[in-house]
Amino acid sequence: MSKWSLISKGFFKENPTFVLVLGMCPTLATTTSAINGLEMGLATLFVLVLSNIVISLIAPVVPDKVHIPVYIVVIATFVTVLQFVMQAYTPDAYQTLGLFIPLIVVNCIVLGRAEAFASKNGVWDSALDGIGIGLGFTLSLTAIGIVREILGSGSVFGWKFLAGDGILAFVMAPGAFLVLGYMMVLFNKLAKK
Amino acid sequence: MMEILIICVSAIFVNNILLAQFLGVCPFLGVSNKLSTATGMSGAVCFVITLATLVTYLINAYLLVPLHLEFLQTIAFILVIASLVQMVEIVLKKVSPSLYQALGIFLPLITTNCAVLGVAITVVTKEFTFGGAAHMLGLGEALVYAVATSLGYGLAMILFAGLREHLAGNEVPAAFKGLPIALITVGIMAMAFLGFSGIV
Amino acid sequence: MALCLTLVCLFCSAVLAGVYALTAEPIAEAERLAQENAIKAVLPEGGSLCDPAGVEVDGAILTYYRYAAGDSTIAYAVKASSIGFGGPLNVMVGVLPDGTVYNTTVLMPMSETPGLGAKCQNDEAFLSQFRGLSPLSVLKVRNDGGDIDAITASTITSRAYVKAVSQAVAAVKLLAAEPAADAAIDLNNEEVQQ
Repeated sequence: MSKWSLISKGFFKENPTFVLVLGMCPTLATTTSAINGLEMGLATLFVLVLSNIVISLIAPVVPDKVHIPVYIVVIATFVTVLQFVMQAYTPDAYQTLGLFIPLIVVNCIVLGRAEAFASKNGVWDSALDGIGIGLGFTLSLTAIGIVREILGSGSVFGWKFLAGDGILAFVMAPGAFLVLGYMMVLFNKLAKK
Repeated sequence: MMEILIICVSAIFVNNILLAQFLGVCPFLGVSNKLSTATGMSGAVCFVITLATLVTYLINAYLLVPLHLEFLQTIAFILVIASLVQMVEIVLKKVSPSLYQALGIFLPLITTNCAVLGVAITVVTKEFTFGGAAHMLGLGEALVYAVATSLGYGLAMILFAGLREHLAGNEVPAAFKGLPIALITVGIMAMAFLGFSGIV
Repeated sequence: MALCLTLVCLFCSAVLAGVYALTAEPIAEAERLAQENAIKAVLPEGGSLCDPAGVEVDGAILTYYRYAAGDSTIAYAVKASSIGFGGPLNVMVGVLPDGTVYNTTVLMPMSETPGLGAKCQNDEAFLSQFRGLSPLSVLKVRNDGGDIDAITASTITSRAYVKAVSQAVAAVKLLAAEPAADAAIDLNNEEVQQ
């Protein structure tokens, strides 16, 4: 597999949101606006790349029986590092994303990539895989965020093009499920062609 | 007594963990195909959430906070949950093989169910205002909150599995098959649950 | 096997302890800055801030900062809290000594619904109503017979916000009526300082 396809597969062929359908909780909860989706995607990207690198390094020496707990500990460490860094340098983003930052620990994408890719491949490839899947996740979240923000608040990335309110239901819980459902339909249609 | 009632109504209906807080969505979409598996999963989640909340609350209050080790919270909680799930699996296998048969296959999935870690973190970090002043939850309230939340999870899961069983028999356009139509159905269900908002 | 897991745990804990020590200062600094910015945002220019003190309104102790040029008080920044839709809602309110509201802003963390109640952070139509609000106006939302228009579909949050503002105004009226030393409560007890 070429280096480029390691990165690009995350955008479409193995898109974590629309094809693998992983990490649904942050996808639904943090996409109330484009910027929130983008921030969540980048936070996940950070953890994904670092944990992939470390796990690909330690995988050969970790006994098989305890590999899952060890991976979880590694991931949890990076998540906590991320929490501190965000609290210190981007406190606003930390406040908006709230609970979903520590919950990256149980995001199936991260553990999934560790188990399915990083534990069997070299450092360099694992890092690229992390970047690819992480960017795919970021793109999907941002796209969902853009749609929900346009419909729900009449703005894009905070820039308002519509006076007054949008259709409020789209920034609330039902809108998250509906937008994700319909975007998946669109993705399926496009993938068929 | 009134406060317990408010916690229950709030956690089960108003702030339903699945439909309003989006926690535990992956297993929800994964096992809600059939009513029987949905019931099994709800039971297992209920059990683990309550137990995990009890243990993590105690660890946080009597170990991490006195020793100023709050920065280990995320790591400690996820390890506790992972080992709890393992332990429950082993104990259940020995004590009640029939219950193990019913819940066994769901248990490994629960470690990565964000509802469990989500509730555990929420009860020790968030201030609640159940009808009174803002305060951190005591152990009793935390347990009531955990039980009520997991009941809400079960309610949403079982209702949705019922809908999905009917859905399976219907013709839907090819692109909508499977998850998309399921998500749209959940969306409509979430809209119905919005009707509860503002009660407490 | 168990040894390996223990080693990994120990190593990770050590790393975290290190990162924690490194970021502790920037985190405290960020929190201080957020608080300071909130106070600055609700006060007019040209004064200097005094140390925080407490004042009791309706049985609750509110923290306030006197803002003065020389001996004369220009305004007060009062931190008031009430209960919103998703949890506690803390509002920093700048009030002139005659009870006129200068400006208001929400303090983080806040747990109102994104896109609805959370608009109390930046909804101009809602927030502009408080700027220069006369002490004679009725501090309630219009549904309850007051003078404030609520944020669309977020009556509970709006009500909480207005309640916090009215508490702050009440606090300042109390402070302005009495010599500061009598109304002020020493903030050395833990409850207020947090």
